[in-house]
Amino acid sequence: MPIAFTEIQETIRMVEMEHLDIRTVTMGISLRDCADHDFEKVKQKVYEKITSYAKDLQSTANQVAKEYGVPIINKRIAISPAAELLGNATKEQAIELAETLDKAAQALEVDFIGGFSALVHKGISKGEQILLDALPEALSKTERVCSSISIATTRTGINMDAVAQMGQIIHQTAELTKDNNSIGCAKLVVFCNPVEDNPFMAGAFHGAGEGEAVLSVGVSGPGVVLNALKRYPDADLGEVSDVIKKTAFKITRAGEIIGRVVAERLNVPFGIMDLSLAPTNAQNDSVAEILEEIGLERVGTHGTIAALALMNDAVKKGGAMASSYVGGLSGAFIPVSEDNGMIRGIEDGALSLSKLEAMTCVCSVGLDMIALEGNASPETLSAIIADEAAIGMINKKTTAVRVIPVVGKEEGETVEFGGLLGRAPIIGVNPFSSEKLIKRGGRVPAPLQSLIN
Amino acid sequence: MHYDKKRKHTITTKNEVTYMEKRAVVSVVGKDQVGIIAKVTTIISDNDVNILDISQTILEGFFTMIMLIEIKDPSSLETLQKKFQPLEQELGLKINIQLEDVFQAMHRV
Repeated sequence: MPIAFTEIQETIRMVEMEHLDIRTVTMGISLRDCADHDFEKVKQKVYEKITSYAKDLQSTANQVAKEYGVPIINKRIAISPAAELLGNATKEQAIELAETLDKAAQALEVDFIGGFSALVHKGISKGEQILLDALPEALSKTERVCSSISIATTRTGINMDAVAQMGQIIHQTAELTKDNNSIGCAKLVVFCNPVEDNPFMAGAFHGAGEGEAVLSVGVSGPGVVLNALKRYPDADLGEVSDVIKKTAFKITRAGEIIGRVVAERLNVPFGIMDLSLAPTNAQNDSVAEILEEIGLERVGTHGTIAALALMNDAVKKGGAMASSYVGGLSGAFIPVSEDNGMIRGIEDGALSLSKLEAMTCVCSVGLDMIALEGNASPETLSAIIADEAAIGMINKKTTAVRVIPVVGKEEGETVEFGGLLGRAPIIGVNPFSSEKLIKRGGRVPAPLQSLIN
Repeated sequence: MHYDKKRKHTITTKNEVTYMEKRAVVSVVGKDQVGIIAKVTTIISDNDVNILDISQTILEGFFTMIMLIEIKDPSSLETLQKKFQPLEQELGLKINIQLEDVFQAMHRV
C-alpha cells in the first residue's frame, strides 16, 4: 500500500519537532575469554577486544542515522560483569581495569561503557568483593565507566550484607567526587532483578546468557507521545491508552529497522529493542508532562500512579506488537534530573521521595537520578536500597536505585550535573534512623510465589 | 508509491553492503515562492538521480513537496544532501532525504 503524504509528514514532524530519536545503540561484548593469570595481559586483552569489536560502532551508527533521517543519540558499550575477571586480582588492579575500560571508551569516542558490575544477590565471591572494594575509587578516577550491582532477585531474596555495603560505597563515592557534585554516584546503579540485555546506562551489562557480541537498541520518544496526546484532549482513558499504543508502535518500528541495519553492517547479531520512554531535558521531552497531559495538575499528586500505570502498560503493548524481540527494561523511565516535569514537580512540592518510590511499583525501573541531601547516612542509603529491592522482589520486576547524596548540599538547594544528566533539586531523607535494620545483616528470604495478595 | 520487497539490500562480503535501487524520500518544506520545484529537481537531475513520484501541496501557508527518488548507492544521499544546502539557505527551505524503508516500517504492518 502506498505511503500517504500525511504519513511521511508525520514521521518528519516526529523527528524534527517532537524529538523522536534512537536513544542508544549499545554493543554488548563478552570478555570471558580475556581471563589470564597475568593481570597485565587481562588489561591488554580487554582493551584490544573492546576497541576491535566496536571499532566501527560510531561511524556506522552515524552513517545509518543520516541515511534514515532518524538521529541516533548515543553509542555505547556493555561488557560482561567485570567481577568475572577479578578472581585473584587486588583492589588496585580492579581500579586499573576500570581505567583500561575508560581508555577504551575514550578511544572509541563512546560516552559510557557499562558493566563494571557484580551480581551479588545471593552471595559475594572473592572477585566480586574486590570489585565492591574498588568501586568508589574506580568511579572517581574514571569518567565513562558505569557500574551496576545486583543485590536482590525474586528467586533469591535480598542480600542485605551487600545492601549494607552499597550504602557505604555510595557514601564514599559521593565523598570522593564531592568537588564535582558527587557525580560518581550517577554512574552507579543498584539493582533488584536486573536484566541481561538492557542497552541503557548506567545499568547496562552483557549478561551471562548473552552471546559473544550483540547489538541492542533503546528507542525513546516522550515528546512524540506527549504531542500525540495533545491532539486528543477529550479522549477517555481507553482512547488515551490507544493513542499511546499506536505511537509506541511507530517509535519501536523505526528503532527496530535502524537497529537491524546497524547490527547487519557491524556483522553482529541484533539483540533486543528496549522500548523505554526515556526523558531528556529538552523542551517537551518529559515523561512527567505526559502524566500531566493525561490529567494531573502536577506530577506527584493523587492519581499519578494510575496515570503512570496506564501509560507504562500502553507503551509495552504498542511496542510488543511492533518488534519480535522486545527486552531490556521496556516501559517508562522516571529519572528526576533528566526530566523537566519531574524537577518542576519537586520544586512545587507536588512530588516527594515517597511518591517516587510508589511510582516505581508500576513503571520500568526505580529511583533514578535523585539528588539527596549530602548528610544522608550510609545506613539510610542502604535502607532506601532495601525498600526498592523489596518492591522489585515482591512484584517480580526490575527496580533500581541511582541516588546521588550531594556532599555539602541540603534540601531545597539545586545541583547542576550538566549535559545529559541534567539538574536536580535536593531531596531530604527521613531523619529517623534505619541503622539497626541494616546492621542485622543476613538475607531477606525469597518470597512466596503464591498467596499473592 | 509502493514497496517492492525484492529491492532490499544484500550482504555480499563481511561489512560490505551493496545496495540495489533503494528508494528514498525527499521532503521539501518552506515558504511558498516561485521556482522551488524547478530548482530542487534541477539539482536532482544534475546528480543523475531518477524521480519516481512527486506530490506537492500548500499546508498552512507552507510549501510542502514530497518526492520519491531512486538511488543506487546510499552514500549518494549524503552528496545530494550537501548539494541542497546552498538552495536551503537561498530560499529558506528545509530539505530532508531519508530512505523509504523507515516510513514503511512506521506506517505499515
